Amino acid sequence: MMDELSLNILDIAQNSISAEASEIEIYINEDYISDRIIICVKDNGKGMSEDFLKTVEDPFITTRTTRKIGLGISFLKEAAEITGGSMEIISELGAGTTITAVFVLSHIDRQPIGNLTETIITLVTLNPGINFIFRYRVNEEEFIFSTKEVKEQIGDDTPLDSPSIVVFLTEYVNEHILNLTGGAS
Amino acid sequence: MKSLAELAAIKDRMKQNATMREDGDNATRIVVGMATCGIAAGARGIINAVTTELAKRDLEHVTVAQTGCIGMCRLEPIMDVIVPGQEKVTYVHLTPEKVAKIISDHVVNGNVVAEYTIGAYENE
Repeated sequence: MMDELSLNILDIAQNSISAEASEIEIYINEDYISDRIIICVKDNGKGMSEDFLKTVEDPFITTRTTRKIGLGISFLKEAAEITGGSMEIISELGAGTTITAVFVLSHIDRQPIGNLTETIITLVTLNPGINFIFRYRVNEEEFIFSTKEVKEQIGDDTPLDSPSIVVFLTEYVNEHILNLTGGAS
Repeated sequence: MKSLAELAAIKDRMKQNATMREDGDNATRIVVGMATCGIAAGARGIINAVTTELAKRDLEHVTVAQTGCIGMCRLEPIMDVIVPGQEKVTYVHLTPEKVAKIISDHVVNGNVVAEYTIGAYENE
């Protein structure tokens, strides 16, 4: 079991990486008016067949050889449902997968968002070849971080995962997220 | 607030220091287990500790990569340090503090931190 929503996000994004996605979009909408947190992970990976999709929420039905899915999906589903929320997977073979989880924000069992910066930077550092688009919305304000934009700045000859670049991006993302959340999470 | 435009200056500084990573065979590789078991055990903090230590020591030539579940979930977080020409060393039950020691002793100075390796764990 993960104890932060951001750890669930990291884990769900691993499925997109295993599905050979070249672009992964992570969207978080924290809305205090509707009292919901929506987390959406969308990829352009190889997707899942309808039959496989039916079994994917069952942790004990996992095709170990392809290893697309394991406990991760069940953890996210459990974390959402315990707050009175839900989880939905839309997938098309060859086109990609979108996983959306809805949480009741004020529910006592809702996991904290946790260290989102670390989740984003971990994904980017370990997968410099994948384009990540990260959108974090709190009420009316939004922060967008796109690795495509970073690559435009540093050019082709500087690796995105160079430690100096990673350290700067960590500070950059952290600062913008703190600004968005007012320091709380 | 910080802007991505600042990256240009960082890039120039990196070029001046000329510590760009070496190609393929000469680069030390660090591989961290990032399956559900690894993440639940704290792999994310390990990646963060590794990159922080590498940046602190200007080790721009070291590459960091991820792997899946290798079937030793109870020993996660797990990380391999692969120095070219030497046998792969697997470290288990990692913490950020252990990572700092591994980077300075093993990656920089070439001394394997035997007490954190899987071999030491199995002999307990």
